[in-house]
Amino acid sequence: MSEVELWIALILGIMMLSSAVLALVVKNHLAAVAAASVVSLGLALLFALMRAPDVAMTEAAVGAGLSSLILALALRRLGLWQIDSGSDNSNLLSASTRGKEDA
Amino acid sequence: MIPGVTLELILYVTALGLVIIGLAGVVLSSHLFRMVLALVIAEAGANLMLVLSGYRWDAVAPILMQRTDQPAMVDPVPQAMVLTAIVIGVGIQALAVSILIRIRQRYGNLKRREVAEKMDAEIAASAGIRRDISQDAPLGERPLSPLPAHTAESRGGDA
Repeated sequence: MSEVELWIALILGIMMLSSAVLALVVKNHLAAVAAASVVSLGLALLFALMRAPDVAMTEAAVGAGLSSLILALALRRLGLWQIDSGSDNSNLLSASTRGKEDA
Repeated sequence: MIPGVTLELILYVTALGLVIIGLAGVVLSSHLFRMVLALVIAEAGANLMLVLSGYRWDAVAPILMQRTDQPAMVDPVPQAMVLTAIVIGVGIQALAVSILIRIRQRYGNLKRREVAEKMDAEIAASAGIRRDISQDAPLGERPLSPLPAHTAESRGGDA
C-alpha cells in the first residue's frame, strides 16, 4: 500500500460524501441526479483501487450510466425537469417552506 | 500522512457515511423523488462495504494466471455478489421510479405529506367511514410542523 493510494482514497471519499449530502439538499432535481451520478463514479474508482476491476467496470456502466439515464428520463415524465435552479437550497427537514412552489 | 490512518479505515468511514446519509435521506426527505435518490446512495455504501470485506492490502486482483508462484488474491466471492447487487439495485430503482410515475398520475403531486393526506382520504372514502383520526394528529393536537396553507383546509373535519 503506497501513499498515493491513501491520498486518492481520501480525496475520493470526501468527494463522495459531500456530493451525497448535496444530492439530498440541493433544490434542483436534475442537479441532484448529477450528484448521485458523481457518487457512483467515485465508487467505481474506489472499486478499481480495491483490486476489483470487473465490479468497477459494471459500476461505471450500469450504476453511473444506466441509472442516471433512468432517473433523468423519469424526471421528464414526472415534470420535474428544469435546468435553471432557484437560489435557496433547503429541502431536508423543511416541508412547510417548500409548499409554495409546486412540483 | 498521519500514522494509524490506513486505506481500510478511510474506506470504512466512506462506506458507513454513505449508508448513514442514505438512510437519513430516506427518513427525512419531504419529496418522494429524493427518497429514491437516498436509496441509491445507501445502496452504494452497502456495495462498498461488501467489497471492502474481502480486501487485503497486499493482494492482487483475483485473476488466475498460469504460474507456479501465484500471489495472494483478494476474496472474489464478495465481488461476485456485489456485481449482482449493482444490477439488482438498478432494477429496484426502475421499479421505484415507475411507482413514482403512477403516484403522480393519480395524485398530481410528489410531496410526501400531501400524497399521504390524499391516500388517507381515499382509503376512508372507499371504506365508507369518517376520517376523524389522523396519523399526524392522534389527539387533535398536531405534534409535527403544520401543513402548508392550501392543504390545511382540505383536511376537513378532523379537528
